[in-house]
Order: sequence, then structure tokens, then C-alpha cells
Amino acid sequence: MSSTIALIFIGVAVLFIIGIKFLSSPKTARYGNLVAAFGMLVALLALHKTTGDYVWSQGWNLNYTLIAIGTVIGLIIGAIGAYSVKMTAMPQMVAMFNGLGGGAAALVASLEFLRRAHGLEDVAASITVPMLFATLIGSLSFSGSIIAYLKLEGKFEKPHTFPGQNFLNGLILLVILGLGGWLTFNATGGNAVTAFIVMFSLALFFGIAMVMPIGGADMPVVISLLNSFTGLAVAADGFAINNLAMVVAGTLVGSSGTLLTLLMCKAMNRPVTNVLFGAFGSGGGGSQAGADDLAGKSVKPIQADEAALLLAYAQRVVVVPGYGMAVAQAQHQVRELSDELGKRGVEVQFAIHPVAGRMPGHMNVLLAEANVPYDQLYEMEAINPSMDRVDVCLVIGANDVVNPAAREEKSSPIYGMPIIEADHAKTVIVMKRSMAKGFAGIENHLFYKDNTRMLFGDAKASLNALIAAVKAG
Amino acid sequence: MDTNVLFIFILAVFVGFEVISKVPSMLHTPLMSGTNAIHGIILFGGILVLADAATPLARVLGFVAVVFGSANVFGGFMVTDRMLQMFKKKKK
Repeated sequence: MSSTIALIFIGVAVLFIIGIKFLSSPKTARYGNLVAAFGMLVALLALHKTTGDYVWSQGWNLNYTLIAIGTVIGLIIGAIGAYSVKMTAMPQMVAMFNGLGGGAAALVASLEFLRRAHGLEDVAASITVPMLFATLIGSLSFSGSIIAYLKLEGKFEKPHTFPGQNFLNGLILLVILGLGGWLTFNATGGNAVTAFIVMFSLALFFGIAMVMPIGGADMPVVISLLNSFTGLAVAADGFAINNLAMVVAGTLVGSSGTLLTLLMCKAMNRPVTNVLFGAFGSGGGGSQAGADDLAGKSVKPIQADEAALLLAYAQRVVVVPGYGMAVAQAQHQVRELSDELGKRGVEVQFAIHPVAGRMPGHMNVLLAEANVPYDQLYEMEAINPSMDRVDVCLVIGANDVVNPAAREEKSSPIYGMPIIEADHAKTVIVMKRSMAKGFAGIENHLFYKDNTRMLFGDAKASLNALIAAVKAG
Repeated sequence: MDTNVLFIFILAVFVGFEVISKVPSMLHTPLMSGTNAIHGIILFGGILVLADAATPLARVLGFVAVVFGSANVFGGFMVTDRMLQMFKKKKK
């Protein structure tokens, strides 16, 4: 590699690092994204083959026509996806783009593997291992992301488990690793191609088997993990085809994604292994015991008019949004209600649990879409100490993240998870469609507290009723 | 394999950890989406293998890789930008 090219790639690496750095502060986040995109453009213009030839100065042929057509098709798919998706469906979109990236990483590694397998030279293990790694991780990320996408779309959200599942998955993984080990030292010839195809297929299947048992509530963690997987697969591809920009970009995504995954698990107070292998909420004695405690207790419903009075005459209101708000597309109504209350002199704050919704920061994105200023949003740790000075806590479609069982019920599967302490407010109004359980599949003790009132109905309709009543009052 | 590449890899691991260690949770989704776009650099891998493709099978697979990679990189940056343009401070 000539020194000019090396300098350009150092510049690209710096642009990616600055981009990610800027992305982690609200003031600079948008520039960060643009900086990273600019780095991508520079890397594209400076793209060189392993042999050192400049990619764009080769003679134009069928392959280049295909490259041009393929890139344009991808651009169109990406643009349509990016600009047509509703803000509430953002997590699915990220899962989908991530899956496509993983699929591309697996295909690139496969092509390189097959090309070398048909060659006469032996392939060094230092090339084979990254190729196999990229194939395995990339295809796993591809199929896993598609399952995550479907789960978020509401298809088979509940965990799918059967006895011996972890054992079977372990067995498949062992076979994959065995094949990989064998291929490392036998990377050429027909047998290698067959073994490779079997490994590829098993890896695709493993991605499905890995994500199927995980409940919809844990999808943020899964998507973040698969995102970092794809990053690592891309880095491994970079090793195999000797492209430094891919190594740096892929590794940055891999390591920052891993940290992000761990941060998310920490917010739920569960080790990452528990998320992946625990098949959360799939039964167990704990939740049963919780239900018995609640036998004989009943919930107290409230009508919109009365709820509006409570809100309008409160001094301080805290809104806790959850996935139900996203499903009902009710973020604009939430902002309108907040504005109406603000006009009456009520102090309105939003309490955001780190894992509310289907993605970390999901609620922030939705409320930002509805023009709620971000200095009105508070993180869980910031708001919890003052929850007992809140007049009305309005819970909109949130469930597990306000369940006091996490604090009180040692046998509960969510015991120990940090929650927003909604029950400390003087009055809690829970807006909910029905008494259905949250994703953890357990009863919510909050609903049965003496200071809790249930406002049943679709969140959007209920909010409209509240807004009308507050305006009239 | 060049050990220099391995060295760069190790450094990148630490940089990746370091740069996002203080990210507020409100930015987790855009950050995930932004890093998702960055691994769209796999498009270049697709371009490189497709440029050298010699068989119809290689062309088909390489073509699919380019389409996937392109959707990942363009869609990723666009969707992140769309999310971030909505983060505004209160106008007084």
C-alpha cells in the first residue's frame, strides 16, 4: 500500500472515531452521523484492491455494471426504508439494515472462501480463520436479525422454547465449530466446499434458534448484540481481503456495540447470559407466587374526566411512557396534553426508563418526533429520588418498568431490576388497553396499589379525551 | 497476516469502548443506528469481490452482497439522520 493511501485510511479511521464520539452527545449527534458518512465516501473513492490496483481505474466490464446496478438498488431500498418507516417502527428498521449488513459480510467471506477453495494453492490459516469467522457470524446475524425484525413486527413475540433447547443449540454450535476447525486446515477441494456449505446453513439456522426463545422485551439487547456481531464479521472480512478501513470500521462497531449491549443489560440488572439463554418469563414458580398475593385484590378504574381533573390541579406531573405509547402512536397527543397542562402552570416531566419500549432511547426518539424538548426528559436515576413529591404519575403503556415487584417480590423474575418508582407518587394513573401482562409475563403489583387508578382504553383515544377535558376544565 | 493489522485491530477495540463510555441512554438508539450504518462499509467488500468475480455464481452472490451492503450503508445513515434531526432543545 502506498503511503498516500495509508494516510487516507488513517483519515477515514479518524472520521469514524470522531463520528461515533459526536454521536454520543445530543448537541453534536447529527454532525457525528454526517462525519461518519463523509468518512465512508472518502473510503469509497480511495478503494483499492488487495493487489494495490485502484478499483475505479480498471477497465469497465460486466462486473462494474453489476456493481453500479447493485449499489443503486441498495440505495433505493435503503432510502425507501429510511424515509417511509414510522418512528415507532425504528427498531425493526435498524434490525433489518443490520441483518442485510450481516448477510453481505457472510457472502463476501463465502465468495473469497470458494474462490480460494477452487484454487491450487494452500490457504494459510491466518486467512481461513477470519473468512470462516465472518461467514459464521455474518449469517448468524442475518437470520437472527430477521427473526428479531419479525418479533418486533408482532409475529411470534412470545419466547418459543422446548425442553433441551439450550442443549440442542449447544450441539449445533459444537458441530459448527468442529466443521470450522476442520476447514481451517483443509480449505481447498470439493470436500471443503461441501463442509463449508453445511457450516453456512447451520450458522443460518443457529441464528434463528438463538433468537426464537428470547422474548420481545429483550429485543433491544439482541439487536445491539447482533449489531456488534455484524461489526466483527465485517472486521474479519477486512482481515481476509486485506482492507484496513473495513478492519477499523468493523472493530469500532464491534467493540462499541458490545459495550452498549452490556450497558443495556446493566440497566435491566441482568447478566447478558441470562438474556440469551434464560428464556425470560417462560413460566417458573416465582410469578405464580406473586399472583397469589394479589388474589382478592382488585384494580380501581377511573374515567377520563376525573383523571383530567387530577392532572389539571396537580403541581407536578411525571409522565412514564412505554411501548404502549409507541403502539398507539400517541406521542403527539402526549405532547399536546403536556402543553395544555403547562399552560395551566402544571410542571410536566417525562421519566424515561433505560429499557422502556423496544430499544434503548426508543421513547426519546418518539417524544423528540413529537417536539417534546429533550430538557424535559429525565433519566430514571435523576427522577426517582423526587418521585414522592409528585402529585400525579401518568403511566402510558409502560408495564414492567414500573412494577414494584422488582423491589418487593424476591421470587419475581424481574426482582432487582431498577424501576421508575411510580408508586411513590401521590396518585398514579395507569393508561392501559387491558389487564394483559407485560413482556415479562407477570402481574404488575402497581395496578393493585391503593393510590393507583386504571384508565382503560386505547392510549390515543384516552389521551384525546383527557386533552378535551383539560381544555374544557 | 500482517501483525500490523492485528495491532490496529486491538487498538480499535479499545477506542470503540472508550468513545461511547459516556453516552446518555437517550442517544442509545441513534448510536446503535449510526454504528449500524458504519458497518455498512461491507459494501466495499462486496464491490471488491464482485469486481474480481469470474463465474456466474460468484457474480450472483457478489451482486446480492453489494445490494445488501448498499442498503445497509445508505439506509443506515439516512435513518439515523432522520432520527437525529428531531432532537431539539426547547425554543424560547
